[in-house]
Amino acid sequence: MISTALNISLGMISLSMILIILRVLRGPSLADRVTALDILMTTGIGFIAIYSIYSNNDIFIDVAVILALIAFVGTIAFSYFINRENR
Amino acid sequence: MRSLILNTALRFIAPIMFLFSFFLLVRGHNNPGGGFIAGLVAAAAITLYTLSSGVSYGRRLLQIDARLLTGSGLLLALISGIPAITSGQSFMTGLWLEKTIIVIGKLGTPILFDAGVFMVVLGITSNIIFELMEHN
Repeated sequence: MISTALNISLGMISLSMILIILRVLRGPSLADRVTALDILMTTGIGFIAIYSIYSNNDIFIDVAVILALIAFVGTIAFSYFINRENR
Repeated sequence: MRSLILNTALRFIAPIMFLFSFFLLVRGHNNPGGGFIAGLVAAAAITLYTLSSGVSYGRRLLQIDARLLTGSGLLLALISGIPAITSGQSFMTGLWLEKTIIVIGKLGTPILFDAGVFMVVLGITSNIIFELMEHN
């Protein structure tokens, strides 16, 4: 039962990752690309969490926590530089 | 960049980041973690403060000069190899004390080495951030 749910959610997250990468490639403005990269990190966190249940290994959860703590630093730095460029 | 959202969020996030970096540093011998990733997480917290409040605030938060931190970290990592020589084993053999301490666990030379790596990574990364932000 749970393995079916895991398979479905892994598939859906992979699909959303592909769509996000398309947005990164196409995105008309820089802000779109930056937001898409941030969402890509978030889906990555979800992917790691599901994989940790899949492989019965709780060490991966720590990786997800580190990624969640680090991921938005890049986005904030990007927004800082976009903000300064527009001035 | 003065942002109310970032400043308010930072009040909750940065303590968690520093706490998690300490957790990673202490846990590093038997589980994933260690000085390098702990230093990176701490440097990310310093970076966030620097982005929100300016370089001078970031330097004040770090307390000591980033280059001095890097150098003393290297020295600490070197010193951690010496107890093994004095007890007749090869350089940088891990020596452990018998007693265990709450939270930290067993004390030994590897944790000294990890603390040195932590200081080097934290010093270099925050130095890069400070220089990049001051340069523009």
